[in-house]
Amino acid sequence: MQTSQDKIETNEIIGQDTSLTVGGHTLASRLIVGTGRYDTMDQMRDSLDASGADCVTVAVRRERLYDRSGKNILDFLDLDRYTLLPNTAGCYTAADAIRAAKLGREILKTLGNPGSDWVKLEVLGDSRTLLPDPAQTVDACEELTKEGFKVLCYTSDCPVTAQRLKAVGAASVMPAGSPIGSGQGLLNQNNLKIILEYLKEDDPTYPVIIDAGVGTASDVSEAFELGADGVLLNTAIAHARDPIRMARAMKYAAMAGRDAYLSGRIPRRLYGTASSPSEGVISTRPYGSSGEVSS
Amino acid sequence: MIEIKVNGRSEQIQSEMSVKQLLDTVEVPPNYLAVEVNGDVVPRESYADKIVGAGDEVEVVTLVGGG
Repeated sequence: MQTSQDKIETNEIIGQDTSLTVGGHTLASRLIVGTGRYDTMDQMRDSLDASGADCVTVAVRRERLYDRSGKNILDFLDLDRYTLLPNTAGCYTAADAIRAAKLGREILKTLGNPGSDWVKLEVLGDSRTLLPDPAQTVDACEELTKEGFKVLCYTSDCPVTAQRLKAVGAASVMPAGSPIGSGQGLLNQNNLKIILEYLKEDDPTYPVIIDAGVGTASDVSEAFELGADGVLLNTAIAHARDPIRMARAMKYAAMAGRDAYLSGRIPRRLYGTASSPSEGVISTRPYGSSGEVSS
Repeated sequence: MIEIKVNGRSEQIQSEMSVKQLLDTVEVPPNYLAVEVNGDVVPRESYADKIVGAGDEVEVVTLVGGG
C-alpha cells in the first residue's frame, strides 16, 4: 500500500498515513475541490494550487460553439497535475446523468487524463435544496457501474441510501454534510457516523467522502475527525472573500482533521482532570472535594 | 437545405455532413469537445463516418467549472 509521510516545519516525521485510493485512483491529497463559481479563471487556478488537491471536479455543459471570446477551463488546468473528476451536476434523471457521464468520459479520453474512467454522480431531486433523488441515483449508479465507470456517488446523509449505493457498486459513497453550497457544515453528524460505521464494517478501506455543505475550515477538520476518507468542496473556497487563502486553510484543516482522527481523541468527560500533578501543591482547599462548604 | 438541431437550436445546413465536417465549422478546439447524436455519444474515431442528416439532434459539449 502506498504511504505518505507528513512532515512539520522541523522536518520531524510525525507519522505515516495511507493515501486515499478511490475508484482505482490513488490521490496524494484527501481534499478534492471543485472548479466552479470563481470570479476568474486565474483565481481558480491559484486557489486549486493553494488547496494542495490533486483531484478536481468539472462539469459537462453545452459549448457556445460560435463564441470563442469565453475562455475554456481546460486552458487553466494543468492536466499533468490534476486528475479530473467529471460530474453529472444539474441532472434530474438517471438517463440524463448517464448521458452526461458518457460525454465527460469522451472528453477526458481525448485529453488523455486518467479521470476518464470515473464520474461523480449527482442526480438531483429538488431544485431548492439541491438534495439528491435517491431512487434515480441508485439506478444511475447501477447502470454506470455496469458500463465500466467507477462511480463516486453524491447522496444525502441517509444511511439506508448509502448502503444501497454501495450494494449496487458505488466506488465511493459521498454523503452531503448539508445542502450543496449552503455552507452549513455537517448538520447531522450522527447519520454520518452511522454511514461510516455501516459502509466500513466489513470493509474498512471502503472510501467515504463528505461532499457538499462545507462552510469553513473547521467543517473539513470535523469531517476527517469523524473518520471520513476525503472531503469534496467547492463554494466554501470559491465564494470566500479571499479564495486563495481559504484554499490554504482547507488544506491545513484536512491535514489537521486527519491527523487528529489517526491520533485518537480523548474521551469526553463530565468532570475535569488536572494536567498538573496534585502532589506537592502549595495550596490549601477551603472547601470539600466537591466544592461544598464544610460545617 | 436541411434542418438539424445543435445544442437545442435549429440550424440549416446545405446537405448531410459528417460530425467532423460539422465541427470544422465551429471555433472551439475539437479535443475540448464531445458529441452526441440523437442521444448516443459519437466516439472521436467515428467523427468522419458519422453522418448528420435531417431532423438529427446534435449535442456538442465541453467541460466547465463545477463542484
